[in-house]
Amino acid sequence: MDIKASLYSIYILMWPALSLGVLLYILRAVWRDAKEAKSQNKEVL
Amino acid sequence: MELDFYQFSTTTVLLMLAAFYGGTYLLTLLIRKKDENTDAYMVANQRIGIGLASSSMTATWIWAASFYAAATSGYTYGVSGPLHYGFWGALMILFIYPFGQRFRKLAPRAHTLGELIHARHGSSSQLILAISNVLGSTISLMVNFTAAGALVAVLSPLSFQAGVIIAGIGVLAYTFWSGFRAAVFTDFIQLIALMAIAVVIIPAILFAMGGPTAFVTGLSNLSLEQQSFFSKTAFLEQGAPFFFAVLAYAVGNQTISQRLFAVDEKHIKSTFITATLGYGAIVIGLGMIGLLALTAGIEPMNGDTNNLIPQVVSTYLSPVMVALFFLLVISSLSSTADSDLCALSAIMMADVYGKNIAKNKPNPTRMLFIGRITMIVATALGIVFASFSLNILVMLVFVGALWGAIVFPVIASVFWNKVTNAAFTWSVAIAMLLFCLVRFELLPMVGLIAYIFEAISAVGAAVVIGLMAFAFFGLRLGIALGVLAGIAALYFNLGFMREYTVLLASLTAFGVSTLVCTVMSLMSKAPRFDFSTINERVQSYDH
Repeated sequence: MDIKASLYSIYILMWPALSLGVLLYILRAVWRDAKEAKSQNKEVL
Repeated sequence: MELDFYQFSTTTVLLMLAAFYGGTYLLTLLIRKKDENTDAYMVANQRIGIGLASSSMTATWIWAASFYAAATSGYTYGVSGPLHYGFWGALMILFIYPFGQRFRKLAPRAHTLGELIHARHGSSSQLILAISNVLGSTISLMVNFTAAGALVAVLSPLSFQAGVIIAGIGVLAYTFWSGFRAAVFTDFIQLIALMAIAVVIIPAILFAMGGPTAFVTGLSNLSLEQQSFFSKTAFLEQGAPFFFAVLAYAVGNQTISQRLFAVDEKHIKSTFITATLGYGAIVIGLGMIGLLALTAGIEPMNGDTNNLIPQVVSTYLSPVMVALFFLLVISSLSSTADSDLCALSAIMMADVYGKNIAKNKPNPTRMLFIGRITMIVATALGIVFASFSLNILVMLVFVGALWGAIVFPVIASVFWNKVTNAAFTWSVAIAMLLFCLVRFELLPMVGLIAYIFEAISAVGAAVVIGLMAFAFFGLRLGIALGVLAGIAALYFNLGFMREYTVLLASLTAFGVSTLVCTVMSLMSKAPRFDFSTINERVQSYDH
């Protein structure tokens, strides 16, 4: 695969990669919120 | 080449829809309370954490049209197309948070932006916001139900109307009892599904279509402008109108302000930055499917570019992936539709009943009843409008203009104590009038008239840039960058902008409302407003 093809691959695939990063961040944040709410005997929502 | 759609059997589609809406409904039972209170029903008691809030914001802002339009942009404008749709759409989320922090500081217990404006100005200004949102959210409901009907009709033998009705009843069923809490909780689940599917589908299509090498080979099918990352056509036709709509949609839309009032105050910034990244990544990523279709030489069925993504998915991916795509679209449209139901119910509960009928002495039980009845009526209207496939373009244009016209008056009202109710109301009314004259070409755009409107549109551009800069860098830089943008816009606009009616009309709405609001406020002899009184006037309804 030449450089041009590699660069275009990055251009197309960076968006699902970023989506995955945001997805993991959100999952971690919800997990933490749920844990904190439980420790304070509150509801997360 | 023209590709066909994959066809599910009626039973398979009904089972998928039953699993999706049935599963979502069962999930809401986990958070259901026998006696919901009005604060919980409208803003989840204003203490949502960053994870749920950002997922809800992202899921709400992504509707089926988001990635169909992003793919259309990729197909039409080439490599820069998806960016010119998704990037500016993402900025809409980002640019609201500094103003949102101000809204929360002034009215920590508000449920709608209308309540804050009611406390600042009174009923007429508040009702302008309320009416624009009732129209906007009803249109959004109709569009989302239409998308469900269209998807069901192209991927199965089921009729368009069947898809519309199932989506409408499904969304209502899980949102009806717990309101905003149910919407936020299900938004989280729906966004997880949506993101996970998007993460898999985009690379799967790239490699199923021959991988990066085939993509680069296919670039020769594109015009030079389509191959450019700096396409002027893409910017002027797709990016610029969207860019100038950024603040209008962010400030005017109750689905956003509801989340601004619901998230834990200390998480507003991180929530909206996360949602910006999430929205941009998903929408631009799915927009790449349109670009891939362009390089592969695929023709949209019946010339409708909304068919591109379903065609590509149907042809290049396995039936399991087509089913996942089906769920992705249903997730995206349902998460937006449930937010519209919650926005409409909050407006009827707080803005109409709480502030204008009960005059601040509302009965919380009656208020909840009004919220739930609103959801039923709104769903019925959405289903009926969608079933008749009404042409809503004029109404959509009108709502967009109304939101554009209120941007400056709303923002000025929460920072500048000279703004009056009359200045707010008249500025919006006059801006709408002049917008209509331009947008519907009721005046000939030639000679002096054209120059006047081009000059006003330069003021509009200055206002947009100035407000964006003000949001992040403060008053001095906001004014400086606004003035510079205005001078640059004046140079480029004169003799040129008359050819771009949509953009000219939008900027006219911004410019006129700013000029009228500013002049009337400066001329007013009314005493300066005391912002600390807003907090006293906007309270919880449950005490």
